[in-house]
Formats: sequence, structure tokens, C-alpha cells
Amino acid sequence: MSETEQHPAHHIDVKEFHPRARAAIHNPQIRQNFRKAMDGLMTKRKSAFEGWELETLRDLGANIRLRALANLPDLLEQLEQKLTENGIKVHWADDGDEACEIVRDICTARNAKTVIKGKSMVSEEMELNHYLEEQGIEALESDLGEYIVQLAEETPSHIIMPAIHKNTEEISQLLHDKTGTDLSHDVEYLTASARLQLREKFMNADVGVSGVNFAVAETGTLCLVENEGNGRMTTTVPPCHIAVTGIEKVVPNLEDVTALLALLTRSATGQHITTYFNMISGPRKTNELDGPEEVHVVLVDNGRSTIYQDDELLDTLRCIRCGACMNHCPVYTRVGGHAYGTTYPGPIGKILMPHMVGLDEGRHLPTASSLCGACGEVCPVKIPIPDLLVRLRQEAVDGDKLHPARVRGHGAKRGAVEAMIWKGWSWMHARPGLYRMGTGLGARFRKLQPGKLGGWTQYRTAPKLAAKTLHERMKERNQ
Amino acid sequence: MVDPIKVYPAKPSKVYFYGTCLVDMFFPDAGMAGIQLLEREGIEVIYPEDQTCCGQPAYTSGYHDEARAVAKAQLGLFPEDWPIVVPSGSCGGMMRKHYPALFKDTVNDVKAAEIAGRIWELTDFLVNVCHIKLDDLGEPTTVAMHTSCSARREMGVAEVGPKLLGQLKNVNLVEQVRAEECCGFGGTFAVRHPEISGAMVSEKVDTLVNTGAKEFVTTDCGCLMNIDGYAEKNHKPVTGQHILSFLWERTNGDGGKRS
Repeated sequence: MSETEQHPAHHIDVKEFHPRARAAIHNPQIRQNFRKAMDGLMTKRKSAFEGWELETLRDLGANIRLRALANLPDLLEQLEQKLTENGIKVHWADDGDEACEIVRDICTARNAKTVIKGKSMVSEEMELNHYLEEQGIEALESDLGEYIVQLAEETPSHIIMPAIHKNTEEISQLLHDKTGTDLSHDVEYLTASARLQLREKFMNADVGVSGVNFAVAETGTLCLVENEGNGRMTTTVPPCHIAVTGIEKVVPNLEDVTALLALLTRSATGQHITTYFNMISGPRKTNELDGPEEVHVVLVDNGRSTIYQDDELLDTLRCIRCGACMNHCPVYTRVGGHAYGTTYPGPIGKILMPHMVGLDEGRHLPTASSLCGACGEVCPVKIPIPDLLVRLRQEAVDGDKLHPARVRGHGAKRGAVEAMIWKGWSWMHARPGLYRMGTGLGARFRKLQPGKLGGWTQYRTAPKLAAKTLHERMKERNQ
Repeated sequence: MVDPIKVYPAKPSKVYFYGTCLVDMFFPDAGMAGIQLLEREGIEVIYPEDQTCCGQPAYTSGYHDEARAVAKAQLGLFPEDWPIVVPSGSCGGMMRKHYPALFKDTVNDVKAAEIAGRIWELTDFLVNVCHIKLDDLGEPTTVAMHTSCSARREMGVAEVGPKLLGQLKNVNLVEQVRAEECCGFGGTFAVRHPEISGAMVSEKVDTLVNTGAKEFVTTDCGCLMNIDGYAEKNHKPVTGQHILSFLWERTNGDGGKRS
């Protein structure tokens, strides 16, 4: 097996969005898996919010996140202080590489050889598994979806449901091939067999790595939302727990968690509450019977503080990673998560990833949207995702002299021909007489209209110019 | 940012009609139908001759300087304080929601915001300002309706179209599965990402066909060109019409014939 096949995640070219999207669209299995899953998730979310004043709750969620971000530097200082008081060691990482090195150093100091992981998208950003393997440290995913994805040597296709691109048959075959379980469509059996494999690993792991959903500044508490209990095992069974998190996950007060949690679980999976909700407030104390000896938290920047500098782009950091935007996205539903070639797929990925990989690499991401607004409509913290997509489109073509572009790699999508077309279009449409003459001529010579219009007529007939424009008809009428 | 609450004006004696470039070039019948519906409500319709395009195509493509130049040319068209009605949720959304952002930090910021506050999507205006009463003169028929994403989410008028159709006694309105999902138009999106857009419109047409309706109506010409164009090219048994054309034809005494 070649290196490429072994670690596809590390060789994905974000720029190759088009061919991957095309392949997904022509793959009936992928299309069906996503359609079915997303339909189910949309229905569940809707029913979970029934009886709630959803708009009021979304306003509350948005305000909590806005307030947190407004005081982010102070809150992070407070968080560090409180975590330290609680006996949790705090580390800061500028980027994914630095975060990986911090995890490695902690492992090395403990002579750790095996790491068990709870679900963490920040660890995906860091490409931690790959890094640890290179260091000779085994890293095993314990979230069922992540475990499946890891066995398949793939990356998550969804931030909440990493293996959503696979159906039961595919998972059964994979478990059979990789772990020797019997082929079965019985989900209970498949889950139980995976649990059996994982249980032993939990008992023997030297270090547990998890993510964080909310970091509470006033109490120094790390909140972890999960359904499988693997998060609790990861953070309590191994003698050392390392939590990795983006710096934006901090909230001021414990009571802020209540509203955000209510929004998160309903928006994500349509659950009123998850099976497990962990609040981690330090390592095992003297008289306690269980819990890790050491707890570390790695606060990862990875482009976030740059996003923070811009008053508009800042809204990107409100995200609580529920995935509702992708569940409701008609593009994501068609192409699936892998087409994007990014850690975070779907609408949130389209506004977040350009900051992480640069707009030169991620130039196609903001355009892969019909701006339908479904994402913004369901976002539990009211991120104006469509507006941010338009902002990034502007950045990608350096399209606004009044508001010069500032995102890394800006202007990469500006092509001389396209820029010229828009200049010409603008020139004509800003001159009413010329516009009327042009559209009038178009109507007169409509028979000469080309029948083929690139991508448009690949699927549709060309729109037909009317014999007389509305301008002409109104002029005749008023005479 | 919290969306401003919509406060409907009292029924005015005059309105400005902003036709939009797609209606102007491709669907002037829909524009005429809108104008005639307003006139039948006793409103004088002023059609500013110098109108061209709201600037949205360049705006959503990221070419904001170019969009601003075109939008600026529209700002001078509405000197009186009459409402500005638009037969499109998409262009209406551009003018109502995005003009203030587009002209922020320019000398036209106040003017753009003032104009934005006067923009009304036409079906919304007919229902909630004119309180229109429709008398159906057409033959019995079954229709489905596709509300554009901008009409639904930017202009907040999703409930208006069904209300209008509900007034037509011989029209049986049926709803397609996933009615609120985008048809895949998205302006330049349909050209930049033809396969994705094609996948979206093909599913939209399937859901429309599955309702059994032979025709559908929509608030926006972009969706109309997209859905109808796909149905035509792929010989699907459903055709579309702008909702304004449909309403006018069924209520003007021509016996429901298409003009």
C-alpha cells in the first residue's frame, strides 16, 4: 500500500473541490446515504424544538457567544487562572503543529505509548493521529463513528457524525475486514463488537485525549457533550487526560452553558439532552477513587486570533460545532463531507477553512453555495453564514476598494477575464440609456440568442428573451 | 444582528415599481401582471424609466465595486417617499437587506438605508398592504408553489404566496416534499458549479412532478428559469409561471388564458 493510500487525509488538495464534488454527485450510494441521513436529522431537529421559543433561544445563544467573544482575551486569562487553580495544566499552541508537539511532550514525559481518543474536531485540525503514529505512539479513536473512519483510513465526513457517509452494510463489511466480526446488519451486534475491541484499549491506554465543548472561565470547568460514554472513559480511565480545544470555546459563566447546551444537542442530533454530559474540573483529588492523575488542556489558536481581528469575520468564531448548517445544506447533502477536502465541511467549513488553509487554497469554498440561507436560518447562534460567504467571495477576488481584503491568500481567485466582464457589466448597467439600448437590441435579435450557455444548458434550456422588454412595453403604454 | 421588524405602511395612492432585469428581459408579462394587479387595487404605478439592475449578480460574485456602481445608479430613481415594490424576493432582498451594507462608509449610506426601508416584495405588498381580494375566473387546476430562498429567508414572505393562491376557489394548491429546499439556482452558482446545481434542480423537479400538479408558480424569475428550463430540457411534465402572471390571468376576465 502506498503512502497516499495509507493517509489520504494528508494528501487532499483543497483546490480539487470540483472533481470530488462531481464524483460524489454521480455516486448513487453516497447521494442516498447523505439524503437519508440529512432528512432524518432535519426532522429530528424540528421536532426537538417543538414547544420552544426557538428564536428567543437562538437570540440568547447568539448573545452569549457574542458576549464571550467581546471579552475573549480577558476570559482566556481568567480561564487559565481558574484551570490552574483547579490543578489543570494549561498549554497554548499557535497552530496545529505546536499543539501536536505539546501532546507529544506530555506523552514522552509519561513514557506513554498508547493514546485513546474521544471525539475532537480540533485534533482533526491538528492531524494528531497521523502525527502521533509518526512518533511511534498508537492513537485509537473511541467514538464509534471516528473508530469506523479510522479503520477505513478516512477522515470524518461530518463534524458530529464522522461516518455518516457509510451505511450499515458498508460498516459491517469494514468491521468484518478489519476486525474479523461477523457480517451482520444488526446495529446492536456491530456496536457491541466495537465496544469489546475498545474496552480493552481503554483499560490499557496511557493517555486519553478529548475535545471540549465549552470551557467555563469563572469556574475553570471543561464541558464535554457525548452520547457513547467513550468521552467519560477517555477522560477518567487513563492516568493522564489531555483536552484540546480552540481558544474560542470559552464562555464567561456556568449558567451560559445551560442555553448553549439546550441549543447544541437539539440542533445537532435533535436530542433534548445527550446520554453523557461531562464537567471536568481537575485531576483526581486525594480522597477520590477514580479520575486521572494529570489533566492538561491545550488551547489552540490555529488562525482564530486572526479571524478575531475583523469585526465581521469574528462572527465565524461564535460556532458551537453542532453541524446543523451541514444537515440543512442542499450542497453538502449532494456532495457529502469529503468533497470539500477540509477538516470542517459544509457551510461552517466554507467560512472557517479559508482562514486555516488560506483563500488561495480554499478559493472555491465560498462559491460552492447557492446562498439559499438555510444554514443561517438554523444556526443556533445566528452566525450570518451567507453574509460571510459573500464577504469571502469579495476577499477572493479583491472586489472592494472601500474595504480592502485581509484574509490570507486574498485575491487569488481574481481572473483578468472575469474582472473585465464584471467591469463591462457594471459600466453598462450604470448607464440607463445604454442598458435600454442593449436590452432592446437583445429583444429585437432574440432569434440569434445562442442555444448553449456553458454549464447552464448542460442541464436546462436557455432562458428565452422576450419579444419586447418591460421597459418598451411601459414606454408604449405611457405614450 | 437582529432583523428589523417589518412594519407595513398604510395602502398608498402611488408606488414605484422596480421591475428587475430578469423580468425586463425575460418575463415582461410577469411585470405587466404585477403592475395591473396593483392598478386594479387603485394604486398608481410609477415605473422609473432609468432602472436597470439592483446589482446583485456582481455583489454575490464578490465584485462589490462593480455592484456598488450599478446600485448607486438606482438610488436616485425614487425621490418621493412612496413604497418601492419589486416582483422578486431575490432583488427585493438585495435592496432591502444588502444595500445598507454595500453603501456603508459611503456618502450614500443614509439614502441607501432609507430606500432599503421602502422595499416590498410584490406578493407581500398585495396581501399585507393592499389586502387584496381575488375573484377566481379560471378553470379548475392543481398547482404547486416554489417560494424562492430569498423570498422565504431574506424577505420573510413564505406564507404569502399560499395565501394568495388560497383565495382562488378553482385552484388546488399542493405542496411538494422538501418545499423549503433551494432549487439550485443561486445566480452564478448555477454556472460555477453546474453539477451541484443540476443535482439540486433535478430533485426539485422530481418533487414537483410527484405532486401530480402539471404547473407550478414561483415568486422569482431565477428559480423559474432554472426549474422550468430543467423540466423543459428533460421533458418533465411540469411547467412554471411567475405567480403574478398566474394571478392576473386567473382574475382578469380572460378566462385563464396565458397572455
